[in-house]
Amino acid sequence: MTVNMGPQHPSTHGVLRLVLELDGETVLSASPTIGYLHTGIEKTAEQKKWSQVIPLVERMDYLSAQSNNLAFCLSVETLLGIDVPERVRWIRVLIAELQRINSHLVWLGTHGMEVGAVSVMLYCFRERELLLNINELLAGFRLFPSYIRVGGLREDLPRGFHDAVRAFLDRFPSKLDEYEDLLTKNEIYLKRTQGVGRISAEDAVAYSLVGPIARAAGVPYDVRRVFPYLGYETFEFDVPTQLAGDVYARYLVRVAEIRQSVRICRQALERIAATGPYAVNDPRITPPPKDRVYSEMEALIQHFLLYSQGFSVPAGEAYVPIEGPRGEQGFMVVSDGTNRPWRVKSRPPSLLACQALERMIVGGLIADVIAVIGSIDVVMGDVDR
Amino acid sequence: MTAESDLEIPVLTTSVEKMVQWARRSSIWPVTFGLACCAIEMMAMSCSRYDIARFGAEVFRGSPRQSDLMIVAGRLSRKMAPALRRIYDQMPEPKWVISMGACASIGGVFDNYALVQGVDQVVPVDVYVPGCPPRPESLIYGIVQLQRKIAQQKLT
Amino acid sequence: MDATALAARLEEVAPGLQLEVVPSVDRHLTLVARPDEMPVLARALREVPDLAFTLLAELTAVDFWPREPRYEVVYLLVSLEHRRRLRVKVRLPGAEAHLATVSGIWPAANWLEREVWDLFGIAFDGHPDPRRLIMPEDWNGHPLRKDYPVQIVMKPKTFEPMQVTEEEFRASVARDRLVRS
Repeated sequence: MTVNMGPQHPSTHGVLRLVLELDGETVLSASPTIGYLHTGIEKTAEQKKWSQVIPLVERMDYLSAQSNNLAFCLSVETLLGIDVPERVRWIRVLIAELQRINSHLVWLGTHGMEVGAVSVMLYCFRERELLLNINELLAGFRLFPSYIRVGGLREDLPRGFHDAVRAFLDRFPSKLDEYEDLLTKNEIYLKRTQGVGRISAEDAVAYSLVGPIARAAGVPYDVRRVFPYLGYETFEFDVPTQLAGDVYARYLVRVAEIRQSVRICRQALERIAATGPYAVNDPRITPPPKDRVYSEMEALIQHFLLYSQGFSVPAGEAYVPIEGPRGEQGFMVVSDGTNRPWRVKSRPPSLLACQALERMIVGGLIADVIAVIGSIDVVMGDVDR
Repeated sequence: MTAESDLEIPVLTTSVEKMVQWARRSSIWPVTFGLACCAIEMMAMSCSRYDIARFGAEVFRGSPRQSDLMIVAGRLSRKMAPALRRIYDQMPEPKWVISMGACASIGGVFDNYALVQGVDQVVPVDVYVPGCPPRPESLIYGIVQLQRKIAQQKLT
Repeated sequence: MDATALAARLEEVAPGLQLEVVPSVDRHLTLVARPDEMPVLARALREVPDLAFTLLAELTAVDFWPREPRYEVVYLLVSLEHRRRLRVKVRLPGAEAHLATVSGIWPAANWLEREVWDLFGIAFDGHPDPRRLIMPEDWNGHPLRKDYPVQIVMKPKTFEPMQVTEEEFRASVARDRLVRS
């Protein structure tokens, strides 16, 4: 029997459509259809100036918004050939890891809710509110702060930032223990997720699955270790891997990753001075601070030029991979030497996860389909762009 | 207390219209139509900090046949427009639509070939909530405005 | 191993390849190949043990209209064992752009090539499922080409006929009953 699931369905994490061929409750084949959230961001980005692309790019993978920003800015900075100051690097690491915790909390909440543990969602979103408060402290905006810019950051860290982050990092690990208490040894959860949606390590590499899905299958690929960026080689952290490759293994990997992120955040927070440089000191790229804009003529002209026509990037092509919450993410940026990009292409980890979905669902029951879709953590904004 | 007041039955008098309006606006149940980033703020609104259950929108129904309100949260692409219309048609009367966010209201930041520039080209909208994404408080304000609108709707 | 050594090793493994080494600013080694070399090159890259580029990170295209050759198809490959990243570029002419598929070598390329066909109109010969991926199936044009407009005026399609006819639905339910009885 053919059943159509989606595109509107409470459990498909956005607009994914699956046409399932069923034999009773067993899934014989599944064909996903995507494109219901296509926004033409890549085409629109070709019309905007370089720094105007940053808010567009944030809205692609809306759960790891600042990781998207970071990837784009790293690619553009590679083309420009500039190096950000060390303090900026540590702040970016802190923001990227907080974003990873944020994304994994949303994943945990929605996954728990789909599998049946509805209270996990309420708890995870409660902790997430603290992280959103930190975002709001940085830039006034909860979900898309656009704080990471080409050349550094938008402005210096606000007062109270260190205290806010430290308060969160002190409070959070015990809460995470509570969530693990609810799920990790829960027999219903184990029965629902062990052995479900299994994928082997060879298949994971063949289908280009990266991130927690590949690490749960035994492929030890973490971009922070293999191709380090932003000084990650100086931080101490572990890369959790499992061997089973099923939904439960992915859950364990992600929860362990949250703990490692907290560890990295603590180390990064120690290294960040309260004040200091927040962007590279290049007048062609970084706008001057506002008090100088209001008092000096040259600063006013520079501010005007940067915000009206933007900076130009030398011709060429660059791709810097980063480890986002879903795996390897990056932006292939092609420039033709002007102040607008020629092509911006995002490498979407969720698209390839959707492709491998059929491989994981076939042979299972229809109730497992929900658990598997939840475990691969697809964000449809990233799949369809 | 006299013997008379022991026999008094407490009674309120009102009109049928006011009762129906009160009932309709105090338990608006939305259907889950979260498309993109606004859906995350909608989920945050339904969680414990900005609890929407205290305004009556207790459960987000999965099926449109059991809901009154459709919050179009997110950007509507051209491929999705027929599905939106079909879900709207499946909802029973009385039904309302809130267009949440800039993309649903007017196309948002994305003025291009792929998006429908405003959900009101496909379904009739009652309340527009601006923002990208709107804060949960904005969306709650939108729902309260909708409740005020329902309080004024005539029955016929 | 730098790009020149890599090109030499490839030409040694698969004679007849003529690869051009191009400088790059990021940590990718960059080679330019000709379109007809692609299947042989792909197999060599994946299967030679000291190259072992088993992970296809990205397969996309760039449109350089009005320059000829117009399209450039870019493959980003990762070798997990040797910790190397490679970028292979293939330049295609504007008229009737087509290229051999690599979905037999890296199964991940299936949907990536469908997306390139959908957005650019580059056909991949031998692809098992050459349909549009992201745009609606009845869409005209390939949106990411440089001569396609960004903003269009179009009434949204709000009605879609039922995709399954009554006969098909009855047949599907009957099939289910037959299997289970």
